[in-house]
Amino acid sequence: MTPISFALAHSLPEVVLAVGALALLMLGVFRARDGRDWIISECAIAVLGLAFLLLFVGAGPKVVVFDGAFIDDAYGRYMKGLALIGSIVTLLLSLDYMRREKIDLFEFPVLVILATLGMLMLISAQTLISLYLGLELMSLALYVIAAFHRDNVRASEAGLKYFALGALSSGMLLYGASLLYGFAGTVSLQGIAAAINGKANIGVIFGLVFMLAGLSFKMSVVPFHMWTPDVYEGAPTPVTAFFASAAKMAAVAITMRLVVTAFPGVTDQWRQILIFVSILSMALGAFAAIGQTNIKRLMAYSSIGHMGFALVGLAAGTEQGVQGVLVYLSIYLTMTLGTFAAILSMRVGDVYVEKISDLAGLSRTNGTMALFLSAMMLSLAGIPPLAGFFAKWYVFNAAIQAHLYPLAVIGVLMSVVACFYYLRIVKVIYFDEPAPGFERASPAVTAVLIVASLLVVFFSFWPGPLDVAAAAAAKSLF
Amino acid sequence: MYTAIVFLPLLGFLIAGAFGRSLGPRPSELVTTSLLVISAILSWIAFIHVGLGEAPASTPVLGAWINSGALNIEWALRIDTLTVVMLVVVTSVSCLVHLYSIGYMHEDPSRPRFFAYLSLFTFAMLMLVTADNLVQMFFGWEGVGLASYLLIGFWYEKPSACAAAIKAFVVNRVGDFGFALGIFLVFALTGSVAFDTIFAAAPGLAGKQIHIFGMNADAMTVTCLLLFMGAMGKSAQFLLHTWLPDAMEGPTPVSALIHAATMVTAGVFMVARLSPLFEQAPVALTFVTIVGATTAFFAATIGLVQNDIKRVIAYSTCSQLGYMFVALGVGGYSLGIFHLFTHAFFKALLFLGAGSVIHAMHHEQDMRKMGGLRKDIPFTFAMMTIGTLALTGFPFTAGYYSKDAIIEAAYATSLHSGAGVYAFLLTVIAAGFTSFYSWRLVFMTFFGERHVAHDDRGHAAHAHDDHGHGHDHAPHESPLVMLIPLALLGFGALFAGLVFSSSFIGHGYEEFWKKALYSGPGNHILYAMHEIPEAVGYVPFVMMAGGFLLALYVYVIAPGTAKRIADANPLLYRFLLNKWYFDELYDLIFVRPAFWLGRLFWKGGDGRIIDGLGPDGISARVIDVTNRVVRLQTGYLYHYAFAMLIGVAALISWYLVGGVR
Repeated sequence: MTPISFALAHSLPEVVLAVGALALLMLGVFRARDGRDWIISECAIAVLGLAFLLLFVGAGPKVVVFDGAFIDDAYGRYMKGLALIGSIVTLLLSLDYMRREKIDLFEFPVLVILATLGMLMLISAQTLISLYLGLELMSLALYVIAAFHRDNVRASEAGLKYFALGALSSGMLLYGASLLYGFAGTVSLQGIAAAINGKANIGVIFGLVFMLAGLSFKMSVVPFHMWTPDVYEGAPTPVTAFFASAAKMAAVAITMRLVVTAFPGVTDQWRQILIFVSILSMALGAFAAIGQTNIKRLMAYSSIGHMGFALVGLAAGTEQGVQGVLVYLSIYLTMTLGTFAAILSMRVGDVYVEKISDLAGLSRTNGTMALFLSAMMLSLAGIPPLAGFFAKWYVFNAAIQAHLYPLAVIGVLMSVVACFYYLRIVKVIYFDEPAPGFERASPAVTAVLIVASLLVVFFSFWPGPLDVAAAAAAKSLF
Repeated sequence: MYTAIVFLPLLGFLIAGAFGRSLGPRPSELVTTSLLVISAILSWIAFIHVGLGEAPASTPVLGAWINSGALNIEWALRIDTLTVVMLVVVTSVSCLVHLYSIGYMHEDPSRPRFFAYLSLFTFAMLMLVTADNLVQMFFGWEGVGLASYLLIGFWYEKPSACAAAIKAFVVNRVGDFGFALGIFLVFALTGSVAFDTIFAAAPGLAGKQIHIFGMNADAMTVTCLLLFMGAMGKSAQFLLHTWLPDAMEGPTPVSALIHAATMVTAGVFMVARLSPLFEQAPVALTFVTIVGATTAFFAATIGLVQNDIKRVIAYSTCSQLGYMFVALGVGGYSLGIFHLFTHAFFKALLFLGAGSVIHAMHHEQDMRKMGGLRKDIPFTFAMMTIGTLALTGFPFTAGYYSKDAIIEAAYATSLHSGAGVYAFLLTVIAAGFTSFYSWRLVFMTFFGERHVAHDDRGHAAHAHDDHGHGHDHAPHESPLVMLIPLALLGFGALFAGLVFSSSFIGHGYEEFWKKALYSGPGNHILYAMHEIPEAVGYVPFVMMAGGFLLALYVYVIAPGTAKRIADANPLLYRFLLNKWYFDELYDLIFVRPAFWLGRLFWKGGDGRIIDGLGPDGISARVIDVTNRVVRLQTGYLYHYAFAMLIGVAALISWYLVGGVR
């Protein structure tokens, strides 16, 4: 039994987020006029930023606190960093958008903080209970912000669909958790590992399947992806960015932690599930995106595909594979946020537009943005020497090392198919007759796009820090 | 000096080719022409030194080219009598053609290019004749092919010129294929491509068998036949002759250069150069004789009825090349080269004369529209007459010495060989035909009434090489720069035979040729041809005179006879007019199947199978899959939930059925 101060010291970011969220909620309720945002978003960014900085405080060997419910390790800090970056950038992107769409209510940043808090707890979860707690905290906040534009039919529909299906997935997850508890007699992930002891019976596998189905829903991998396109399209764009970035980080993080910590001896079993959903996701992401005309919807399928690629690394089940996934997620996060920054720059007059055809001839109306967005697309397609190529290279390499040749080959083939729709956007930007030009984007949005582009373009010159950090994080997981 | 002879034209080509645009046409002309003149003068000096004088044969080595295992090839110039004879022929004709072109092409906008090509061609030809090994010879051989392609297609805006250029290139390629195989075989047999080594090894290879296509064949025969295949292509022999008449699409000086003096004689030169090999392959020599005789006869028959002035001369060239091969085939290598030598003068003269006529007629080439030109262009008329006399073998002109000697040699061979009989008969008949069509050309062009109908349409059709004569449509004599070459060639056509006959084929044979040509111990053709009955010696003259008189009767004394004869034998006439239907036949046998095959592979193989199953097919399937997948996204909540449950059910079933391992 460790003293509570020690436990709090190892969960400082969570503490800051929890306190900050409540404080900002009070501030909003009592000070904000008409429920408007006022300065809550800026404060929220500061809180999230503080939490991010605290990740670098007191880093050391892994420590389990709160009666074995919460783990503080390098892997957790790495993934929390990614999730926090996603949250911070989401708020940066939302500032201007929310105001223009007249939904700049102070609850939004508070909900983002709460969701982020859920993510952080999820990432650090070391028991099935804390896992579920974090997942639900995150999900409940996400359900609300998906429908945040409540006067908008599509946003409401998106929120409702997400909520209904999310409930179903939570049910599956709980069912799986209870099965696991029934067979292992413990909710601790390490306890489960000890109870299974390398020999999985069918009951444990059932539990595993249901748990992974619930988590797959959050990762939005096939066949648990169906909500993704509708929600991505219907939700306000910054919320979509949040779904595509921070939420994905947390979901993948806990999936990796679950299978690696609780099922270390039965890699062959969970690998089959991951290969199954991975191949389906890569294929569906590649094929379905081709048919899209709405760029948010396209990004939904793109993220499905990318999750499939990331899981290729996890399917390898090795430390190298986990490192590949971490690198992949980092680069994917950068590309996604950059792309959504570009999407948020697509404003004609007072209207945000989302059609791919609205990008036509962008090279002639806004050459800089055209260049940056094209860099994003090429990177998402995995064209060397952009970062997206190295992301894929890491996970495919891990799969090859684990002798998963068919998986790697299918992955490469699917990335070829996926190339098509990314390149088509580049083609539309550069070769089609110009559509009406976009208004000037807010400085924050432009800055995100520029920073993300530069990171993506110049990653290959300085991949060392990311590689080292990911390697350390992966090592701490095993 | 020898290096200078060979490389000055290359220098000219590089200067005119690289800087012609900035230099302008006139300097380009002057540079290339003067370099060629120097080269020609040096060639004559070399000729006097090596051929007539006592200077020894030499092979200055310029450097190593390929060193790969047993294959060692050097750049070297083989200088002996055969080479210097060819040097003289090539450089002389070439420099006269350069000079003539200054006048003939003076209105063409791309003269630098033209002169660059001419010089390139000359260089390649010189490379060919000075080669010291088969590969270097092949280099020149291909260079000549390239330059001829460029020159025939010089007016590339004309589809017919492009077609002719491609045809020349492709037909030559067939021959080159054989030549290359021959070179490979020589290397396989002797382990070398250098002439000295090959020639030394040749006697030892006589009678050696090689095994090909499941049968044994005489090695030397196969080699020589393959090599001769190359010669047939380059020298437009029967079956591979079709490109030569079409090559008349090029500018007339090109016709003179390629089809009189140089490129087409490459085959003759090659056989003569490789005489030590051919001497070991009597079967191949018989084949050479038969092909030569057939060509001589066949081309002459076609020449009888052609109406295009340049085509008549082109078929005449083809026919004369046949004579040369007959000479080579019966073992008279020097005889063949001698005819090559004299033929170069009078055929270049005829071509350039024809060019002058065409120039005078504002690019009209149809003889039926000419007539009575002797008063308008008397000098050209005189020169053409000289050329015709020489070609038909009028006594003491160039052709008299060389062509009649070939016929005599054929007769000498016919005493002991069936091929000789064949060759003798055909060459004699062809001599009569030659006389007839040559005089026919002269009579139709220069005698009779004026058929000149100056219609502007005809002029406009040839507007491309319009020489800008304004509105003066009367035939006119060509400028001096074109007449000087004619005069020089006329001089050569008259006296080349008289002066050199003794050296080439007579008593001066040994001192002249030294060791450049090889004759086997049993080869006494040069003596045998002098020991034939005296009556045979008159046969060519009789044929010549007969041809002349017949032409005189048909075209001057009783004009209209030709039409009556043609009407009386419509089948024969059309057969000849259509060149024995060779083009149609080849079109049917080779061109159309090739196109068909190409189209099959293009449309069927590439389009339908590779594109269809590859890029196009895959992208079409991708679109299909996409459409189906997109339709899955119905928007209904219960579908979505159903998909999730199906997914879980599938995974569970997977483990239930497959078991947990």
